[in-house]
Amino acid sequence: MSSAHTKTEHGHTDHNYLNHGSGIWSWMTTLDHKRIGLMYFATVATLFLIGGFFALGIRLHLAKFGTTPLLDPDTYNKFMTFHGAIMVFMVIIPGIPAFLGNFVLPIQLGAKDVAFPRLNLASYYIFIAGALIAASSMIFNQVDTGWTFYTPYSTAKTSNGVILLVLGAFTMGFSSILTGLNFIVTTHKLRAPGMTMDRIPLMIWALYSTSIIQILATPILAITLLLIGAEKTLGVGIFDPDLGGDPVLFQHFFWFYSHPAVYIMILPAMGVISELITAFSKKTIFGYRAIAYSSVAIAAVSFLVWGHHMFVSGQSTIAGIVFSIITMFVGVPTAIKLFNWISTMYRGTVTFEAPMLFALGFMFLFTIGGLTGVFLASTGMDVHFHDTYFVVAHFHYVMVGGTLMALMGGIFYWFPKMFGKMTSDLGGRISWVLIFTGFNVTFFPQFVLGAMGMPRRYFDYLPEYTNLNQISTVGSWLIGLGFLVGLITIIHGILKGEKATDNPWGAKTLEWQTSSPPPHENFTTTPTVTAGPYDFR
Amino acid sequence: MTSVSSSSEFHHQHHFKSAEHQYASSKQGIWLFLCTEILMFGGLFVGYLIYHSLYPTVFKNGSETLDWKMGAVNTVVLLVSSFTMAAAINYVQRGLHKIAAIMLALTIACAGAFMVIKYFEYSHKFHVGTVPGKFSLVDPSCAAGGKRAECESKISALLKNPAELEKNHVSAEEVARLKAVISQPKWEMFYGFYFVMTGLHGVHVVAGAFLIFWVFIKTLRRKVGPEYYTPVEGVGLFWHVVDLVWIYLFPLLYLVG
Repeated sequence: MSSAHTKTEHGHTDHNYLNHGSGIWSWMTTLDHKRIGLMYFATVATLFLIGGFFALGIRLHLAKFGTTPLLDPDTYNKFMTFHGAIMVFMVIIPGIPAFLGNFVLPIQLGAKDVAFPRLNLASYYIFIAGALIAASSMIFNQVDTGWTFYTPYSTAKTSNGVILLVLGAFTMGFSSILTGLNFIVTTHKLRAPGMTMDRIPLMIWALYSTSIIQILATPILAITLLLIGAEKTLGVGIFDPDLGGDPVLFQHFFWFYSHPAVYIMILPAMGVISELITAFSKKTIFGYRAIAYSSVAIAAVSFLVWGHHMFVSGQSTIAGIVFSIITMFVGVPTAIKLFNWISTMYRGTVTFEAPMLFALGFMFLFTIGGLTGVFLASTGMDVHFHDTYFVVAHFHYVMVGGTLMALMGGIFYWFPKMFGKMTSDLGGRISWVLIFTGFNVTFFPQFVLGAMGMPRRYFDYLPEYTNLNQISTVGSWLIGLGFLVGLITIIHGILKGEKATDNPWGAKTLEWQTSSPPPHENFTTTPTVTAGPYDFR
Repeated sequence: MTSVSSSSEFHHQHHFKSAEHQYASSKQGIWLFLCTEILMFGGLFVGYLIYHSLYPTVFKNGSETLDWKMGAVNTVVLLVSSFTMAAAINYVQRGLHKIAAIMLALTIACAGAFMVIKYFEYSHKFHVGTVPGKFSLVDPSCAAGGKRAECESKISALLKNPAELEKNHVSAEEVARLKAVISQPKWEMFYGFYFVMTGLHGVHVVAGAFLIFWVFIKTLRRKVGPEYYTPVEGVGLFWHVVDLVWIYLFPLLYLVG
């Protein structure tokens, strides 16, 4: 990107956002979007380790069928609930937008900060408060409903810990809304001179579409969670058949948020991948507008597909068919992105540094996740696959194989900008090999298990499922090891990494035109933009 | 206290080009937030619609037990408060701090009046027992078990006791209406919606009152004025949305039936 007025002299790193203020207090009260992004990083990484601990526990338990289980059924259900709730509400939803988004969005727009820096800090603390409220249910009153809180079990049968967990999720939803709002206004109002909407990087298109979903869908989750709370404390009856209510209404409300939420998780990941593919192919992205508008298209369609979670809930055949067809529409913009990425790599000067490996891993795993999604969108097949391990494998391929791969790639890609240091490329590659292999070893057998009929969420299984479950468990250790290597590589990079240049990858977007790490206000002079974001030729 | 025009408070933040730029951004942010508020109440309206169509008689009879006079007074109170809020914004924009502060104080008073009237409505319902599911029955085990029809409700107990009726200001007319309600199965459903919808709205009224108090202090300290009135306007917009929600709740709960 041409930005003639940007100073990019090397060695201008003596004063930057990291040493702009010192001491823990200057971090706790910072209004700098880059610092807030890093604070989200630390928080989300910690929560990810906790969620991962529960995941390994679940897999370890399932390595053996029969009489000597590791966890008793009750504890197993609680492990499963906390794994799901932590990973969804506290890791994958805020992971890319709140951490990477916060860090790169204003710099990529050529802005000094997000539109509302104080609100941004407030969102962070609201998130922390929500996480603490939700986590307190682990201590006071554990929950065993699964992260979906399906009624009437959650409202009529199980413990009151549900109230804490839904209150925590409600609070984190508030944080999500405020972050989305902040991003939308920043994108509308704070673009640098010359940064027209068709020159903003694709990461921002993705974050922008994500923010729209956050603003339009999260309020529905908010009211749904409040109604669960009201149901538990007052016995309102809206979801309780005993009092005249309908538990299926809960599913409608819940999935009206939670299906778009799937795209809150995956759209920013697609944005990251667009950046990585073009940077490591050294080529202008193919079909900029198609990728940009497909993000918005996914956001729009996401609101119309929730019913595919409810094919077996007793909804009418017509509704099932309609939801099935609309669900398959999601494949169109997704495929547009994928084909454009491949076209971008075609005849590009592709190099395979760690971030690019993660991007390729994303494309591979997300394609499998997406295609199996078409199976589940077909009403007939879904009746067979419903609530089996096939579904588990599908959404792990999409959410973990998609979002976490992109998150890891994004971390290694923007790491030099964040800390002014390089990570060990070897470390990144080892981490990738372990995660990628481990991931397929863990979740591919689950497709088979699901097709064979092993139900999800069960504490035990039939002996014929043993082998595949054991393979899956071994795979989970590989993933764990892979993330451990990744973590060590990141910590090593922070402590002992080589000094990074301003633009180590030779990328063209604005964040690489400023120093590494950037100064407090991102640019010494406001950049002027004269061309599109990926002008490699 | 510094004068309006020379105060350093009115400088825009470093990442905006100008005060107008900052104002436009803030306003966009506020409107987006208000969208989320409307959507959140939207969930409840959808639920109300569904159950109204499922149990039309319950909702009609339930609606008739509400005191539409109190609801109407509250509607007027909120409409007046919307006017005083709008006036306050206008006076702040013109630099008339004293009258602006008075208008804000009046708005807070209206919010208070609304909550007081709501308190009387709520407490009457607690007395007669038209409350959401869990608390509407004498015996809590009835709610869980399958023999709810045999369980005597708090209301039917009350209706048999003339002394209690007298004490709780229940007129003969109301007795008839209450009897009509509890003759219907699933009648608590209506009160579930009534309490959740008005309760969530009440929380917004209280939150709005605190926000108005915040800009009231700002007005007294002259932190807002003709050059910078974003907080007053933002809080004002929020308050109008709170009013607007009530404008929909009142006919839906009290009048339509």
